[in-house]
Amino acid sequence: MYFESLAAVWHMDGHGFYVWLAYTLTVLPLVIMVWLPLKRMRQHWRWLQAEQRRVAAGTETPAMGSDV
Amino acid sequence: MSSDRPLLSLRTVFLRQFLRHGRSIMTSPADVANPLLFFFMVITLFPLGLGPDPARLATLAPGILWVVALLASLMVSAKLFASDFEDGSLEQLALAPYPLAVTALAEVSAHWLATGFLLALVSPLFGLMLGLPEGGLLTLLVSLLLGTICLTIIGALGSALTVNIRRGGLLLSLLIIPLNVPVLIFGTTAVREAVLGGNPESWLALLGGLALGSLVVVPLAIGAALRVSLDS
Amino acid sequence: MWTFIHKLGSPPWFFRFSGTLVRWLLPITVILLLVGSIWGLLVAPPDFRQGNSYRIIYIHVPAAVVALAGYYVMAFAGAVSLIWRIKMADVTMRAAAPVGAVLTAIALVTGAIWGKPTWGTWWVWDARITSMLILLFLYLGVVALFEAYENKTAAARACAVLSLVGMVNIPIIYKSVDWWYSLHQPASIKFTGESAIDSSMLYPLLLMIVAFYCLFVVTLLLNMRAELVWSYRESGWLRQLVGDS
Repeated sequence: MYFESLAAVWHMDGHGFYVWLAYTLTVLPLVIMVWLPLKRMRQHWRWLQAEQRRVAAGTETPAMGSDV
Repeated sequence: MSSDRPLLSLRTVFLRQFLRHGRSIMTSPADVANPLLFFFMVITLFPLGLGPDPARLATLAPGILWVVALLASLMVSAKLFASDFEDGSLEQLALAPYPLAVTALAEVSAHWLATGFLLALVSPLFGLMLGLPEGGLLTLLVSLLLGTICLTIIGALGSALTVNIRRGGLLLSLLIIPLNVPVLIFGTTAVREAVLGGNPESWLALLGGLALGSLVVVPLAIGAALRVSLDS
Repeated sequence: MWTFIHKLGSPPWFFRFSGTLVRWLLPITVILLLVGSIWGLLVAPPDFRQGNSYRIIYIHVPAAVVALAGYYVMAFAGAVSLIWRIKMADVTMRAAAPVGAVLTAIALVTGAIWGKPTWGTWWVWDARITSMLILLFLYLGVVALFEAYENKTAAARACAVLSLVGMVNIPIIYKSVDWWYSLHQPASIKFTGESAIDSSMLYPLLLMIVAFYCLFVVTLLLNMRAELVWSYRESGWLRQLVGDS
């Protein structure tokens, strides 16, 4: 451990602003980059599940399926 | 294509296509004059924007001349394959039993003669107007002769990729400006080196290498890109 | 080996395989990133010249390294898609472009922030930063070209051609920018090169590079999975998977 106290970690001998700004601006886009495809996947998945329920209930005819 | 006719040699195909495209360029002299006029007018903007101080203009001249030449070639390359695509002759070329790379290279060569070549020829005149020292004029001419080959052929690739896209003009500049960075660096460095009294030959040799390399590699990509554009 | 590559080209198999892979790799990536950041931010000693601001290196360099590698991944997938017309290669290329663009942007932003305490300005036309900027343009070109085509199969092939030409050009761009920079800048402004870096600073850096590579793979797989679910929504294997869940 290099730093003595939490305040020293925050301050970093005057460079704290730059270091923490850089890390914040890295973490935010990275989190969004991981979260966006997960969200998209979940949306598609729910939509497909709902469609299958509708088909099972007989309220909708199934779309033409092609096996790949 | 009738099968009883013998296949032409690639050289004949190249020459025919070259002449065909050259003739179609001749029919609209305005298209040849426009890039030169653009070059001239944008060069005029720089003293107006930067002030008439000859010493400062002279130091900036290599960069200004090269950047404007790049922009002029960017402007004209957008239309390179457009007319052939619209009147369907590109489709005919794709069906012909000859590699699209060769016919595309013929068109690009004719296009270069009408734009890049002329631009390079008149560039010393504009160099004089910007106060480029006389030692740099010949290097400017040679560097633009070699450099516009690269600019034209990369511009042709951009045109081939975007010819079937509406409002492809802005997209085209996004695609090809990054690819043109080495050409710009080698070209301006050669001219600056000559102005400072150094030897620009190594930079010109690099430019020549780039021109040869892109002549060999990029036509293949242009051919593939044209097929994609025709299929989509 | 060959059967494995063949399996990779099959969407149902890839979908299941990538699901398991992501389930393991995502937590590992998070742990690696956390350990690397804490090590770099809190444990490693400060640089004797730049002080604590050098700690930005632990995200700047990994982002830059992986962003460049990402372009080669994209171009390689493009070549595979052009030659063998494999749908999975299209999906890979499509997923790699935005991830690479984000990593390039991160490298640029952190580089600019690093420049402020080091050089006194936010932006310096340094060789490395300029090369990253051009790499960002190359990525954005691929993304924009893909979006511009309505026919997505044609879009993938057009992007493959573009990224292959870009890949051939990248070494030339890097070399030319390097020469350009060394000709124009006085030698007094220079980075303390990584070659002279002490091992107490080097190990967390290597760890962070590994972590960023893992992150690239994870986001690539996540994007590909989301893409696959949508494009195969009407095929039997996916319907069965959805029904079973």
